[in-house]
Amino acid sequence: MCDTCGCDQSNNPIAFKKPGNENEHTHDHNLLHAHVHNHDGHTHEHSHGKIIQIEQDVLNLNNLIAQRNRGYFEAKNIVTLNMVSSPGSGKTTLLEKTLTDLKKELTFFVIEGDQQTMNDANRINATSTPVIQINTGNRCHLDADMINKAVKELEVVNHSVLVIENVGNLICPSLFDLGETYRVVIISVTEGDDKPIKYPNIFHTSDICIINKIDLLPYVDFNIDKAKEYALKVNHHMQFFELSAKSGEGMNKWYEWLKGIKI
Amino acid sequence: MHELSIIMNVLNIAEESAKNLNAKIVHEIEMDIGKLSGIDFEALEFAMQHTQKNTLLGTARLVINKIPAKARCKSCNYEFDIDDFYTACPLCGKFNHYIFQGKELKVKAIKID
Repeated sequence: MCDTCGCDQSNNPIAFKKPGNENEHTHDHNLLHAHVHNHDGHTHEHSHGKIIQIEQDVLNLNNLIAQRNRGYFEAKNIVTLNMVSSPGSGKTTLLEKTLTDLKKELTFFVIEGDQQTMNDANRINATSTPVIQINTGNRCHLDADMINKAVKELEVVNHSVLVIENVGNLICPSLFDLGETYRVVIISVTEGDDKPIKYPNIFHTSDICIINKIDLLPYVDFNIDKAKEYALKVNHHMQFFELSAKSGEGMNKWYEWLKGIKI
Repeated sequence: MHELSIIMNVLNIAEESAKNLNAKIVHEIEMDIGKLSGIDFEALEFAMQHTQKNTLLGTARLVINKIPAKARCKSCNYEFDIDDFYTACPLCGKFNHYIFQGKELKVKAIKID
């Protein structure tokens, strides 16, 4: 048990649930039980114990599964967005609005990641978009193996957009490649404009940065130019969208970008 | 935050390797971890101490080699040490570098009997 974040991987299975069919079922988590190849590294003899070279990347298994996912998505012309942010930045609202406005033009599928509840999946289900909820239990991020299983259950079709709403957390998801085409980080103007340098890993590994809730700018001290400057220091290639999912301001540019992705 | 997930993977790698070598005990797990890998060293050691381990790994010590981060500027090709993601090139002042060292996260070796 990790006292830092509550991660507990021992007796807490990951649950996969679809709205309307909430009979929870679980999967073994392959990552933790996967076979590790024997490394015939050279051996040094020492007085107490032999040192065996292993040279294995700790995230190797996750990265291998992520690349398998990526190949599957490429072969089926599925564009995958991994949406990451702190809790409360407005990911689900942005998603609801996007799905509702673009459902005639693009085919969407959604994977929702949360510690608990079907709340987000139910909100997405109300837009008539196929959705599966992953309840991670006490885990603080989604990993490639969860996506691999969820995609099979969701039966994602060719030429579609798969949106993965990651667990609200700006730290842990940065380490776990899911096989996505684009990583999209969302910040809202009710947060500090120095988020990009406070949580640099997630901004460093993202492709797109959405600044949400701009309708609230008159009431808060958030400086958009400063936030973008910080984000560009951490990630020199970041692309930005400034919008309000609630008022609709700025949404058109986001929609144009989504429609322009080659699928 | 994610350090427990990481330590579980580390222990799995060490255990599988040790079993394949018919080891009776693992004395030490040596890791290379970059300073910009996103891993908190103290949290990792805390997770190591508080994770239940079997007899094979029960007394294993975690040894961490902290790898300093280095970047190369794509504008002027200057190579420099870097401690964060938001430092400009000290030579030309531009933000146009890539980090080529300091993101390591691997199990380097185990000491067994």
